[in-house]
Amino acid sequence: MACVNARGEISESARQILIALLEGAPLSQVAVHTGLPLYRIRSAMRELGAAGLAVETAEGWKTTETGRNAIQGALARA
Amino acid sequence: MATDVAMATEVLIANHSLPRLGQPAPVFEAETTHGMLRLDDFRGSWLVLFSHPADFTPVCTTEFIAFAELAPELKKRGVELCGLSIDSTFSHIAWVRNIERNFGVKIPFPVIADLNKEVATLYGMLMPGESKTATSRCLFVIDPNGILRAMIYYPLSTGRNTQEVLRLIDALQATDKHGIATPANWKPGDKVIVPPPATTDDAEARMQAGYETKDWYFSKKAV
Repeated sequence: MACVNARGEISESARQILIALLEGAPLSQVAVHTGLPLYRIRSAMRELGAAGLAVETAEGWKTTETGRNAIQGALARA
Repeated sequence: MATDVAMATEVLIANHSLPRLGQPAPVFEAETTHGMLRLDDFRGSWLVLFSHPADFTPVCTTEFIAFAELAPELKKRGVELCGLSIDSTFSHIAWVRNIERNFGVKIPFPVIADLNKEVATLYGMLMPGESKTATSRCLFVIDPNGILRAMIYYPLSTGRNTQEVLRLIDALQATDKHGIATPANWKPGDKVIVPPPATTDDAEARMQAGYETKDWYFSKKAV
């Protein structure tokens, strides 16, 4: 889904996903929140996980500190 | 060396059997217009995976428009769409943008760029008698548990009827929901077939069961 561009900036959909994950929402709710199909959320989680922006825990996916910083960076650019 | 690889690929395609109904659909991970996707990403949803021969061809363009127009109805039924051809992601992107510009139709579903024919081979989408380089018009209905439930194969020359795809989905979902079968040309709202009894006692009981019964093996009911 290209969550992160060549400059290391996150896309708008990635930002929305990371915000939804701040409170540990299940992926099905992240799909509702972002308006994206669940298959795209699952695909994005692999990308966000590989970039260190989110991490899968026993309770589900959560935004990491790096992810929080990326959200702040995206807000600053907006 | 390249010739060896090409020959080996041809042998693989020729010898690879079609997937089987009722068995898990072949697993894949593929580059698509929506990023890297795995079959498992669709779990919990129905999936219509379909191939087309090539981008920027007229019959395929009419099919993509028809599938895009069908997408909202499929969405209501919990069905996702995914296209495939042996073209690059860049070609797919250019084509779907071209369709939107020329026909005013946005393609909402991902399209697999199967340049190495990996997914096409797994699903038996290549028919060497028709073409060695283009996938035939194949369509697979995969249920939320990843089981292959239906397959439709059309030749290169013939565009598919998307209303039949919708009817097929409705029939499969009615079967799962009510434990019934559907007769020829069934559509939602029509009576369905009650599975035939398996014992003489059940056959006797069936005659008194209150269904629309022609004979012990042929009963219909409304659902």
